[in-house]
Amino acid sequence: MARESSRSQRRARGVSLPPPRRLLSLLAILLAVVACSPGAGGGTGGSTQTITVAAVSNPQMEDLQKLVPDFQKANPNIQVKIVILPENQLRQQVTQDVATKSGRYDLFTIGTYEVPIWAKNGWIDNLAPYIQKSSSYAADDLIPGVAKALTYKSNLYALPFYGESSMLMYRKDMLSAAGVTLSQKPTWDEVAAAARKVNDPSKGVSGICLRGLPGWGEQLAPLDTVVNTYGGKWFDQQWVPQLTAPPFKAAVGFYVDLIKTAGEPGAASAGFTECLTAYNGGKVAMWYDATVGASNFTGTAADNSGYAFAPTKVKPYSGWLWAWSLGMPSTSKKKDAAGTFATWATSKDYIQLVGKNLGWSHVPPGTRTSTYALPEYQKVAGGFAQITLDSIANADVNHPTVDPVPYIGVQYVGITEFQQLGDQVSQQIAAVITGQSSLDDALQRSNQLAEAVGKAHR
Amino acid sequence: MSRAVTVARPGQSRAKVAWSVLAWLVALVFFFPVLWMMLEALKTESQAASIPPTIAFIPTLAQFQEVLSRDFPPFFINSAIATIGSTLLVLLLGLPAAYALSIRPVAQARDVLFFFISTRFLPFAASLVPLYLLARDLQLLDNVFALILIYTTINLPLGVWLLRSFLLELPNELFEAARVDGAGFWRELISIVLPLITPGLAATSLICLIFAWNEFFYAVNFTSSIAATSPIFLVGFISGRGLFYAKLAAAATLASLPVLLAGWVAQKQLIRGLTMGAVK
Repeated sequence: MARESSRSQRRARGVSLPPPRRLLSLLAILLAVVACSPGAGGGTGGSTQTITVAAVSNPQMEDLQKLVPDFQKANPNIQVKIVILPENQLRQQVTQDVATKSGRYDLFTIGTYEVPIWAKNGWIDNLAPYIQKSSSYAADDLIPGVAKALTYKSNLYALPFYGESSMLMYRKDMLSAAGVTLSQKPTWDEVAAAARKVNDPSKGVSGICLRGLPGWGEQLAPLDTVVNTYGGKWFDQQWVPQLTAPPFKAAVGFYVDLIKTAGEPGAASAGFTECLTAYNGGKVAMWYDATVGASNFTGTAADNSGYAFAPTKVKPYSGWLWAWSLGMPSTSKKKDAAGTFATWATSKDYIQLVGKNLGWSHVPPGTRTSTYALPEYQKVAGGFAQITLDSIANADVNHPTVDPVPYIGVQYVGITEFQQLGDQVSQQIAAVITGQSSLDDALQRSNQLAEAVGKAHR
Repeated sequence: MSRAVTVARPGQSRAKVAWSVLAWLVALVFFFPVLWMMLEALKTESQAASIPPTIAFIPTLAQFQEVLSRDFPPFFINSAIATIGSTLLVLLLGLPAAYALSIRPVAQARDVLFFFISTRFLPFAASLVPLYLLARDLQLLDNVFALILIYTTINLPLGVWLLRSFLLELPNELFEAARVDGAGFWRELISIVLPLITPGLAATSLICLIFAWNEFFYAVNFTSSIAATSPIFLVGFISGRGLFYAKLAAAATLASLPVLLAGWVAQKQLIRGLTMGAVK
């Protein structure tokens, strides 16, 4: 009776504590278990070290992920976790990581654009000591132009995993049907004439595919090489913007006009993938883009393709230079393990491992001279191997255009602000492609944007 | 008289058919992207990238095989932990809050409600830097616990508002009768409220589950390898140098299956929950 009365009193006060207390305790235990579980951010035990690598999403990095067990077999004390992200997300993540010194990654893939800037900022470590530790690394085998682009104060700050230049790829069958022939070192005028001759919208065939998708790494990559070979430049030696100067304007005008008269439909949203798809589907007769594009040809495109150097106007050898490379953030706490992995993944032995395990067409191109001497590789990449090697060798990041310039980089300007500036300028040019803006207006606005950036460097 | 009620007039019948056709069309429009994603997942890369699209093809599971070879389970498990954990927290914290804002309204209940929803006015990007630095200093980067907390804070205002709207539907007489019988807060909540708003709980849970499962912005910024969730796994297939549509479609199909299944299992409760309060 007394117990009943006490319960009634508790009811009357609206108090009944046990069920929620039990529930809260259970939840607290659950959260504690989750927070402390190794799968949720805890460490690994013993002497094994786990390194985290942020990698850009491309076929070569996917292959690296597949071959990580081979590395771990040879180095049982090092576990490797690879996070694969698309280029934009990767760039955002690793920039955030180094700028806030978070130390989330022990290695990441960065390009020739980032390496000199980040090395200067002290965000990435000099990798020379790790190269010296690896007796079989053969740093002198790295393609000189690529090694130079990754060097800061005479030391390699990133190790090249995959390199590329740009070249013209064309369908021999389609050009021959239109009675067009191309030399191995064509001029842009020659290419434009060929494109207009082959272009036949009634049959759904375009003369050439050129990137129009806004983005400094998308549209501006091929366009900048056209600007360079026309003698254009982003800034003069005093950091005064040159986007309205005659060579720059002529180059952009030519590029936009070629797209409009013989380019792919919907060019303002066409990037590498869209052009590759159109080329493989026989919808375009020519494609000017990364040398690695040729490794992705399928069906009739694979059987009927010819290759030529990046087309030129004034400056010879206008191809770009890019290398996705492994850099080590200065915040990494597992530098030895990260260095061991970086030297393994960029070694001659790794190239052999890829060729033997995954096939020679999977070999990461554009990093080592010895790769191009391998008979197995020549067999699968014979058509474009030499052009790739020569294009990379002749791309000079220190002398991208006709006149001397105060910046480095062929298809980019090697300054921190370029990511934003390049994106904004490419949007202006996309507006010209879609007919929403005139060339003069777009370049005028672009020049104003560049003026603000140039001022900071004067 | 009864015949006059049951037999539809020709005009009414035509209208019914028209509404049915419209409903099916709208349903197909919504379902088509999902269907297309599933079809793309069964093609080869060159078929998936072909223009015009390949309609007739021999289905292959090769893309699923490729996706699963990339160690999908850890991403899936992290997503499940972050999603279920945050949804449970939202229900646990949101239900008493909704109760205090509807059944037994606290002082200034409307202001409190506005405060809850005002937290959603802040763009996610604006809160990123302080949250990121906080997580870094608390050693919570790449930890699924951080995602649970973040998803809870994102979904809690929505949960409170939804649950409150369901609670407002319950007749006051019910609580008065219970109180006459001596029921306290917890008794009211557990024996009366919970059974009556089960459909509302299901709807709230599912909405929280969907938001948390699909969340990408915070996941990509706060995790790297250990606590990465399904959306991070998914974007890894967007290749800068190669064809990827079929693989991406296969990964997207796998990643969306749990939410599709949850919706299918709870559809009856969901429909009841989402229509609660719609008809007075």
